[in-house]
Amino acid sequence: MIGLQHYLTLSAMLFVLSIAGIVINRRNLILLLMCIELMLLSVNFNFIAFSRHLGDDTGQVFVFFILTVAAAEAAIGLAILVVLFRNRRSINVQELNTMKG
Amino acid sequence: MNLSQYLLSILIWLPIAGGVVALAIGNDDELGSSRSSGMRFVSLGTSLLTFVISIGLYQGFDNGTSAMQFVERVSWIPSLDVWYYLGVDGISVPLILLTTFITPLVVIAGWDTIKVRPAQYFAAFLILEGLMIGVFCALDGLLFYVFWEAMLIPMFLIIGVWGGERRIYATIKFFLYTFLGSVLMLVAFIYLYGLTGSFDLFKFMNAPLGLLAQQLIFLAFLLAFAVKVPMWPVHTWLPDAHVEAPTGGSVILAAIMLKMGGYGFVRLSLPIVPDGSAYFANFVIALSLIAVVYIGFVALMQKDMKKLIAYSSIAHMGFVTLGFFLLWSITAETGTVLGISGGMVQMVSHGLISGALFLCVGVLYDRVHSRQIADYGGVANTMPVFAAFMVLFAMANAGLPGTSGFVGEFMVIIASFKANFWYAALAATTLVLGAAYTLWMIKRVVYGEVANDNVAKLEDLNRREFIVLAILAISVLLVGLWPAPLVDMMNVTIEDLVRQVGQSKL
Amino acid sequence: MLNYYLTIVLAPLAASVVAGLFGKQIGRAASHWITILAVGLSFALSMIVLKAFVIDGMQAENISVYTWAVTDGLRMEVGFLVDRLTALMMAVVTFVSFMVHIYTIGYMHDDPGYQRFFSYISLFTFSMLMLVMSNNFLQLFFGWEAVGLVSYLLIGFWYKRESAIFANLKAFIVNRVGDFGFILGIAAVVMFAGSLDYAEVFSKSNEIAAQEIVILGDTPWNAMTVVCILLFIGAMGKSAQAPLHVWLPDSMEGPTPISALIHAATMVTAGIFMVARMSPLFELSETALAVVLIIGAITAFFMGLLGIVQNDIKRVVAYSTLSQLGYMTVALGASAYSAAIFHLMTHAFFKALLFLAAGSVIIAMHHEQDIRKMGGVRKYMPITYWTALIGSLALIGFPGSAGFFSKDLLIEAIHESHWEGQGAVYWIAYLSVLLGVFVTALYSFRMFFLVFHGEERMDAETKSHLHETPWVVTVPLILLAIPSAIIGWYTVEPVLFGPFFDNALYETERHDVIARMAADWHGSAGLVTHAFQTPIFWLAAAGVLTAWFLYLKRPDIPDTIQQKATGLYNLLVNKYYMDDLYIKGFASWGRSFGNFLWRKGDELVIDGVLVNGTANAVGRLAGVLRQIQTGYLYTYAFAMIIGLTMLLSWLIWFR
Repeated sequence: MIGLQHYLTLSAMLFVLSIAGIVINRRNLILLLMCIELMLLSVNFNFIAFSRHLGDDTGQVFVFFILTVAAAEAAIGLAILVVLFRNRRSINVQELNTMKG
Repeated sequence: MNLSQYLLSILIWLPIAGGVVALAIGNDDELGSSRSSGMRFVSLGTSLLTFVISIGLYQGFDNGTSAMQFVERVSWIPSLDVWYYLGVDGISVPLILLTTFITPLVVIAGWDTIKVRPAQYFAAFLILEGLMIGVFCALDGLLFYVFWEAMLIPMFLIIGVWGGERRIYATIKFFLYTFLGSVLMLVAFIYLYGLTGSFDLFKFMNAPLGLLAQQLIFLAFLLAFAVKVPMWPVHTWLPDAHVEAPTGGSVILAAIMLKMGGYGFVRLSLPIVPDGSAYFANFVIALSLIAVVYIGFVALMQKDMKKLIAYSSIAHMGFVTLGFFLLWSITAETGTVLGISGGMVQMVSHGLISGALFLCVGVLYDRVHSRQIADYGGVANTMPVFAAFMVLFAMANAGLPGTSGFVGEFMVIIASFKANFWYAALAATTLVLGAAYTLWMIKRVVYGEVANDNVAKLEDLNRREFIVLAILAISVLLVGLWPAPLVDMMNVTIEDLVRQVGQSKL
Repeated sequence: MLNYYLTIVLAPLAASVVAGLFGKQIGRAASHWITILAVGLSFALSMIVLKAFVIDGMQAENISVYTWAVTDGLRMEVGFLVDRLTALMMAVVTFVSFMVHIYTIGYMHDDPGYQRFFSYISLFTFSMLMLVMSNNFLQLFFGWEAVGLVSYLLIGFWYKRESAIFANLKAFIVNRVGDFGFILGIAAVVMFAGSLDYAEVFSKSNEIAAQEIVILGDTPWNAMTVVCILLFIGAMGKSAQAPLHVWLPDSMEGPTPISALIHAATMVTAGIFMVARMSPLFELSETALAVVLIIGAITAFFMGLLGIVQNDIKRVVAYSTLSQLGYMTVALGASAYSAAIFHLMTHAFFKALLFLAAGSVIIAMHHEQDIRKMGGVRKYMPITYWTALIGSLALIGFPGSAGFFSKDLLIEAIHESHWEGQGAVYWIAYLSVLLGVFVTALYSFRMFFLVFHGEERMDAETKSHLHETPWVVTVPLILLAIPSAIIGWYTVEPVLFGPFFDNALYETERHDVIARMAADWHGSAGLVTHAFQTPIFWLAAAGVLTAWFLYLKRPDIPDTIQQKATGLYNLLVNKYYMDDLYIKGFASWGRSFGNFLWRKGDELVIDGVLVNGTANAVGRLAGVLRQIQTGYLYTYAFAMIIGLTMLLSWLIWFR
């Protein structure tokens, strides 16, 4: 029987993977965005698992909210990315250090 | 509706509203256009109206009681028990009158000398006026703090926008210095709030406090007020701020903003933490005497007129703090009230005199664009009327009897003699040092042969400048020849204060 | 009488304000008319007041005009105390001032600052009257400083001259050193007597004398001694007593009428007047009296010596003034207050006369002041000559002249004032004033002979224009010469031995030297006939003869002396190096100290280390911390995750 802990383990694995993706990846900004999406998904996963476990549908409603927001976020993120690329001709993360102190 | 009920609110908000109107009218590049002069007349009219209303305050004020008068109390932030709580007594009324008296003069003095962003300039002064009156009226700690800090903003802009070459350095120094002090004051307020559950100053005054708490609160207050006064050794922002500020800014800074520090001592430090004040009284007296002597010597060597006057301000304000803190050194029955009222008179008088001297330097600066003493000499040859005014104000600055400068110094010296011979002796050195630095400057600037072409081309005062200086000259002489109305206004309040401070909270 | 008093005081003030503010509009003539009329009015009313006291026997009046301020139980008032002392001073001040006003029309005739000058001298008259008529210490200090202010303005009247504006600054600051003591003295009075009012303070004088104050270490000082010495420091400044005398010779940079009015007749005597006024206090402290005596003696003798080597006509008279002020001070120290005031009065007349005569010569010589370039002026300026002779004779105390009575009796009083516990102080004082008589005669007749007799040393151009000065100059000379010659005859008896001063001056029995002298008093004529038997006359005569011998008979001798005794001569010419001490010593030390405090204290330590040092420290710390800001997204994300992990672990394990 697949129980709550399996879902949670999967979710945690997804989460850790996406963190690793953000930290280790130094090339592509798109990858970074995708990792963030993945992170959100792992959170969604948790929501659903708990919702099922506790028998409360509110969690699943939240997932829809998050999905919508994530979609909007991804759209904006991609738009920024396009503008960035237009300006700098590169989306290499290593080169994006204007904020360096 | 009885207007006198809202007199203080009117005094605070009228100039601020006037400032907003001036801002709304805005700038016009062309000097003398209907829009630009309309803006000027709105500013002048507002400041004059405020002054007229403040005369009503003087007339309605009852000398015979130390209770707060013209009280307004409206709930402001109920959840924190914060009130919009205003009221005046004998300590605040003279300072409010000083504020409303000086501001129109500053507006007139800047009438056509300000070419850049005039609307913002006049608006800044009007808003500043309202905020300063707010500080003198506020009886709620948080309200006091809000006015106290808000006051910094217009001044910051005045120095930063219309200042001289090193204005950025000066304005940041000014801001950080004063801000550091006042933040500590806020900490003290919050502590007292935690204790009393209210920001009401009277509840602060009645709060039971241990010695350690009183000492710490006193130190927090001391830093806040010492910076404003300014006392040695936290005075170095003042010469820089004065040198870089435009004339009007220097006048307001010297005439009124410095008085906030002195006002804070009598309004907050002494009554809220009497034992803390007693503990540190000798320390404050020592700092005051250092200010009088040390700064006197430093002023002697200044090459920049504004810096010289700024340093002389520090020395003169030393008398204020000296007078306030003599309280515990005087064992005789009388003398304590004399010290505090001497300090108060000194504040008012210094407001008039230093303001006048800064205006005098402004008159020269507008013509020659230099504040260096070395760039002048023999001004009396080309500007005889101006020279007469400048010598008068210099004499007042040197504390000549018959001018207002003497009254406070005399009272404080007499009081300090009762405390200790050496306090009086060190304070009295100002007679020599004050005369030396002021008159040496006069010798080099006003007297002598015409020094250079710039001086030879000088034109004497125009009507606008004459009016401003004449009004100040009359008031300086008036206070010097008959200080009784001023002293009477404060007597009862100060006597009561001394009684209150005399009772230990321990 | 209050209306009289107010008019006496306010008329000159009003005239001064009119002439000062509207001088341009009303013109030169109107300016001098209005001021002269006002001072004339004051003079006339002062005479009425004096008459009311002397002839009608009016009692002293103590009137409060208005309350300046009241706080802490201390009443500070403006008011008048008019008694016989005040009435005499009022008469002297207004009379000399009146003369000087008239004289000024001639002296300042071509000056562009004509109206300003009249405004100033009227203002001075007002201030001086406020000083002498005051009934309390506050107003005394007001008058005290106000005359100082006018003196400052007038010494620097020709403000284009570097020397004038140096002298006026110096005069003001040196006076302020005296005022430093004076204001402390007033503070001490308030502390010990609790009042500023003369009458109240005097009535408590025994209480003051019973108190003590510790100033330094553990030695308690008698409160009265402290009060009196502090007050006397003020008098030393205003009355130019050593070592605060340095400003008076320099003050000769001002126009001559001023030197006569302010720096000879009235203002400089304010200190003398003040001590006499405070006689109920000074009497109770013999220590203070001894200080007064010794300072006066030093001034009387040593300042006289300096007069011998001066070549500027006005400076000779200035040093003579210093020396005579010393005489008055000595008399104060000997408790002979009435003798001091009497000498003050006669001195006011003959010294004003001498100054105005000197001014008359200066006008005629086209503003040449060096007596080496004069000589033989006698035949060109007969009126000036004779009036100057009267002035000089009065100064040296020629029997019968005004100066004779005052000086002779003053020295006599000092001779008498030998009381227990005084010791060497008495002998120093007595010898100083006695030798001072010789010195006075020597320098005054040296100047007199060099100016009016002997060969004519001026250049031909000046000589051709040399003639007597106009009537506005000579009339005041004559009017001043009359009292200088005769006033002593008629006033000495009532003033010194009669009831003139009544209760205005106070001596304890132990110190009452005048009363002791009264036993030997046989009238003015008796004193004059007796004069030839005293050493005073012979010393003066020896002085005149020496002057005659050295400067008319054998003019080569002074040069020889000068070469032989270079050390002494240099010491005198350099005024005992006092100016050097003050200017190169104190003043320049003060400037370097100020510079040190400014550059090292303010700029280096406070601004450099504390203020900007804090800012720099914050800056450096930030420089280290900013290394954390890599600018890479992934570091920020990583930092966030670490933070989150730490927060969570804390929540799980430590809560």
